[in-house]
This record gives sequence, C-alpha cells and structure tokens, in this order.
Amino acid sequence: MAYDKFEILNSTAVPLPIENVDTDQIIPARFLKATERKGFGDNLFRDWRYNGDNTPKSDFVLNNPTYSGKILVGGKNFGSGSSREHAAWAVYDYGFRCVISSFFADIFKGNCLNIGVLPVQVSPEFAAKVFAAIEADPNTEISVNLPEQTVTIVKTGEKESFDINGYKKQNMLNGFDDIDYLNNIKSEISEFAKELPL
Amino acid sequence: MSTKKTLFDKVWDSHVVKHVEDGPDVLFIDRHLVHEVTSPVAFLGIKNRKSGVLFPNKTFATADHNTPTINQHLPVADPLSANQLKALEENAKEHGISHWGLGHEKNGIVHVVGPEYGITQPGATIVCGDSHTSTHGAFGAIAFGIGTSEVEMVLSTQCIMQPKPKKMRINVEGELNFGVTPKDVALYIISQLTTSGATGYFVEYAGDVFENMTMEGRMTVCNLSIEMGARGGMIAPDEKTFEYVKGREFTPTGAAWDKAMAYWKTLKTDEGAEFDKELTFSASDIEPMITYGTNPGMGMGISKSIPNAEDLEGGVATYKKSLGYMAFNEGEDMIGKPIDFVFIGSCTNGRIEDFRAFTSIVKGRKKADNVTAWLVPGSHKVESAIKEEGLLDILTEAGFELREPGCSACLAMNDDKVPAGKLAVSTSNRNFEGRQGPGSRTLLASPLVAAAAAVTGKVTDPRELMKELA
Ligand code: SF4
Repeated sequence: MAYDKFEILNSTAVPLPIENVDTDQIIPARFLKATERKGFGDNLFRDWRYNGDNTPKSDFVLNNPTYSGKILVGGKNFGSGSSREHAAWAVYDYGFRCVISSFFADIFKGNCLNIGVLPVQVSPEFAAKVFAAIEADPNTEISVNLPEQTVTIVKTGEKESFDINGYKKQNMLNGFDDIDYLNNIKSEISEFAKELPL
Repeated sequence: MSTKKTLFDKVWDSHVVKHVEDGPDVLFIDRHLVHEVTSPVAFLGIKNRKSGVLFPNKTFATADHNTPTINQHLPVADPLSANQLKALEENAKEHGISHWGLGHEKNGIVHVVGPEYGITQPGATIVCGDSHTSTHGAFGAIAFGIGTSEVEMVLSTQCIMQPKPKKMRINVEGELNFGVTPKDVALYIISQLTTSGATGYFVEYAGDVFENMTMEGRMTVCNLSIEMGARGGMIAPDEKTFEYVKGREFTPTGAAWDKAMAYWKTLKTDEGAEFDKELTFSASDIEPMITYGTNPGMGMGISKSIPNAEDLEGGVATYKKSLGYMAFNEGEDMIGKPIDFVFIGSCTNGRIEDFRAFTSIVKGRKKADNVTAWLVPGSHKVESAIKEEGLLDILTEAGFELREPGCSACLAMNDDKVPAGKLAVSTSNRNFEGRQGPGSRTLLASPLVAAAAAVTGKVTDPRELMKELA
C-alpha cells in the first residue's frame, strides 16, 4: 500500500519517556484478529491507555489533552519484541507520522519505513533535550526535515541530523514502497532463482 | 578486504539478487512460513495489486497463534479467530499453498513444524511474519521475522529488501553445570546483553556448549536471539544437523541429497573471518535462570536476589515501573515465591525434549494444588511422541493434563489467558506486561524450573528436586 509522501513535518509532540516499549504494549495480541488493516489506532497502547472496564487511565499521556501532535517521542529501544506490523499500523492510524527515539528495535523500524512512519533516531542527549523542551512547554514545535535529514526543536533552534539510507529516503519522499520496486524486477528474480542450490 | 567469510556471509551473499545503490540488498527467500495472524493483510495486498504468488511451493501455511488447545475438533468459538483461520485456509487454497490447518495431522506451531518436516534446511533463507523465526537458525539457515508488508513481498516476488546486518559471534565455552539447560544459556546471554544488546546484528553461536547441544536445544537458543534485539541467530550445521534433517518429508533424497550435503558441508565460518563484535562466556558461570521483570533481559540465576536499580544500567524509572508491575521489590529472593500458573509449551520449549525434562522432575510427584498447569505440545508430532514414550502416563499420574498443540498462553490470543495479577512460570519467550493475558505476570524459565514450580507451588530450584531424584 502506498502512503502519503513525507517531506517536512512541523508538529507538537507526545512524550513517552519509557525504555524498551515493546510491540505487545503498542498493540496487545488480542487486537490482532482483524483480516483487514483498519481501526488499529483505537487500540494503540490499549492496556496503558484504558482500564479493564474500558475507562481511560487519566495518567497516561495519550489521555492527557495537554499533549498532542503527529510526533511520538519514545524512550530507548522503542518497538522491541514481536514483529507485528500492526504496531506500526496502530501508530500511523492513530495519527503519528514520525517516531523519535534514541534507539529503535530493528523490525519495528523496518516496518515503520515500509508503511510511511518515519523513525528518527537521535543521540540520547538530543532525546533528553526533546523531552525537556516538551515538559517545559507542551506546545513546543518539533520540525522534522526529511530532505535535509534534520530534527529541530523550533523554539530553541537546537538541531540534530539523523541517518536514513538514500533508497528509503527516496521512498518516503515519494510515498513508494519496496513492493513496487520488487514487482518491477520479477523477471530478474525468476532468473536468479534458477541458479540457487536449494 | 579479507576473502574469509563467516557462515552468515556465505548464506547471505549467495542469496543477494542485487544490491540497491545506497540502499538494501534484494534478498531471495528459499522458504516462507505463514500463519493466520500476520498474513491476511498481505494476501489482501497481492489481491489489490493483482500480483499473485510467484513461487507457491516455497510458502507453507499452518494455523497456530489463534487456535484453541482443547476440543480442536469442534468449531472455533471466537468468531474473529475463526475468521482468521478461514481466511488463511481460503488464501492458501486460492494460491496453491500447502496448508496445515487446525485438525491437520501436521498442524502445530510454525517454528516447530518447519524443522519436523524438513522444510528447515541448512544454508536456506527462511522468513515468517513472526519474530521467533530465528529458531530455524539452529540448522545453519538465515532465518528471521518480517512484517506484513514483507510477507506480501515474499508472496509476490519471493524477495525482501534488507540491509545486511552486522555480525556478532557469541562463544560459550566449557561444560554446563548440573540442571542447566539450553533455555538457561539463552536467558543468561540475554541478561548479559540486555534486550537491545544485539540490535542490528546477526549472531553466530559457537563454542563447546553449542557443539554439544542437541538440535532441540539449539533451536531453543536460536529462538531467543530476537529477545536481545538480534535479527537472528545461527549455528554452523554439523553431523548432528544432517542426521536430524535426513529422511524428513521435504528433505532432498538421492542425488539431490548428495548435492545438498556437498553444499551444507561448506557452511562454516572460515578461520580468521571477521565479526563486528565477538563475546565469550564461560559455561560454568551459568545456573538455572529465572526472570523477575517485564522483558527477557531482566533475568538472573534462580538462587540470586532481585538487583537494586542503582546497580543496573538503564533508566531507573523504567526499572521501577517494571518491578511495580510485577509487584516485586529490589533485593527480594525469587525462590519461595508462590505461583499460580505453569505453562510449558511455545516455539521456545514446546518440543519433545522439553516434555522429557519436565516429566523427569514431575515423575513420582504430584501437581501442587494451588497451580493451574497448561501443558501444550508444539505440534501433533510432539503430542504423539509424548504419548508413545509413556510420558503422558507419568504426567497423568502426577495430576497433569495434556492439551492440544498451538501457541496458546505464549501470547494468549486464544482462551489460554493468565488472569490479571496471577503469577505464571512459563517456558515461553516473553514476559512483557500483559503478554499472557491482561494484567498477567510472567516468570520465564526452563522446563526444569517450570516442573519444580508445578509440583511445589512456588519458585523452586530444580536442582534440589533433581538431587532427590539422583
Ligand atoms: S509460540 Fe509464541 S513466540 Fe512462538 S510463534 Fe507462537 S506466539 Fe510466537
């Protein structure tokens, strides 16, 4: 599925300064029973967000009207555990287009890039500054510039560059995905397959 | 650059269709395993793009995540689960993919049945929309979990696009102590590396301990590679591997076998090949392990007490949140904690050898009254072996019941949910908050530790009971 192009995103951000947030928290297994990609945002962080009786937990950040925006700022090792792409879908479907963290788990990061959520890995120091800026002012704007590969805390002008490989960057800028690329080289793949030992 | 290659290089490089400039490799996939949860949207994708399945004979489907573990002959009660199972069946049929659904004699957990039927082979690239695909690395395959978009890619083109991971070798030298199992080795390594310590790497396990391990044990170790963040883990194939693979349904025979063997025998790391990182541990430092927190890196020797936040790397707030969830305190002992549930099963420890270990402790004892025990074989094949080897009689005598195969309480998508607040000793792989049911609390451990807990009703050092046995 193609997704919206990503260039520059200026937005307030939602802070979640917890380490090792695993994909079971992002979307618990019991919500993986759909056969279509629909409605996962409602269950994003389900068990941190709602009590057993479905009433919202007032102390969880997504239930706090002070914080909003299209950027989620997570603690170190964000997205660990299960490979479920549903976690990335839930993040996207809720309305986030970018996740900032000082460290991402591999599969989650790859899944995000495949569906149009930009994972921005920053230094632990810069991540701490972002958390501090949001804490000082929940309306603080963060600017994520994909063409330049920079993330800026607008108010203070503090800025850091981030890495993304050139191929993935072009995909994000154009809203393309790997499936388009692979479908175009199918004959090359079939040729290659003939030579394999197994 | 050196021409010496690691095992990982050899398998990876031979599967690269092409390298995308400033981007990933296009990696050809030999074997694709599919289950009901992460595939429906991928099948929808190929339908929408009208792309079809390029090599249906390289994909194998089984139902496991959602399936009930009792009364499998009856219709599945949960309509959402039933719907997913039906979708898998229909998708497989439409595209000519072999499908081992509920009730099929070959049905079982995807990572248990792959090796059992010879789908898993040395030198292969194997993927599945499931992070514990790393299990198959035990055979010297490159095996790892993928997301649903990638499942679609493999269906339609038999390839995915992946940057080549960095390489790490983990050596464990010496001989394992009494009562220490492959699960303990893995939990020990994860506790040393943390849950993110191997992120970005593909791991090769080497050294005496892995060489001496059975294939089942190697699968347990490779299975848990993902829990330290690694993309996957692998072990060079040897005589034990070839012996295991030989004669299984999808294993090559005749001339094809000879050809495969000639290739498989080349699959080892060249002397002097370089790794980006190399770690060595001593087997004698490992004792039976147990976790106390909410990720698999929060584990320790069973006789130790829960560490203080100050003594650990990482966020103190996160650590305290984790212990808070578990309702444990810093400095507490794990031994003696009363438990409510025992779960033996999953793709980590749901194979015959795990049930043998569990039974060895249970034999001649009784299940503790305060414990609810779920014994869930990884496949019908494992289930049959439990019966044929006489383990079931021993288990029944001790007050245990055997359920039918599936993922079960490993992720609690079916009815096997540990109730909120209850404490479970589980042989599975994840102790995340709510993993075994909303509010459930999980202690990960080996089948021996699980058995000791099941008969005593509390966390118990299995070596105590094994001494009595000896
Ligand atoms: S047993 Fe658990 S970890 Fe293994 S495939 Fe099933 S759900 Fe995943």
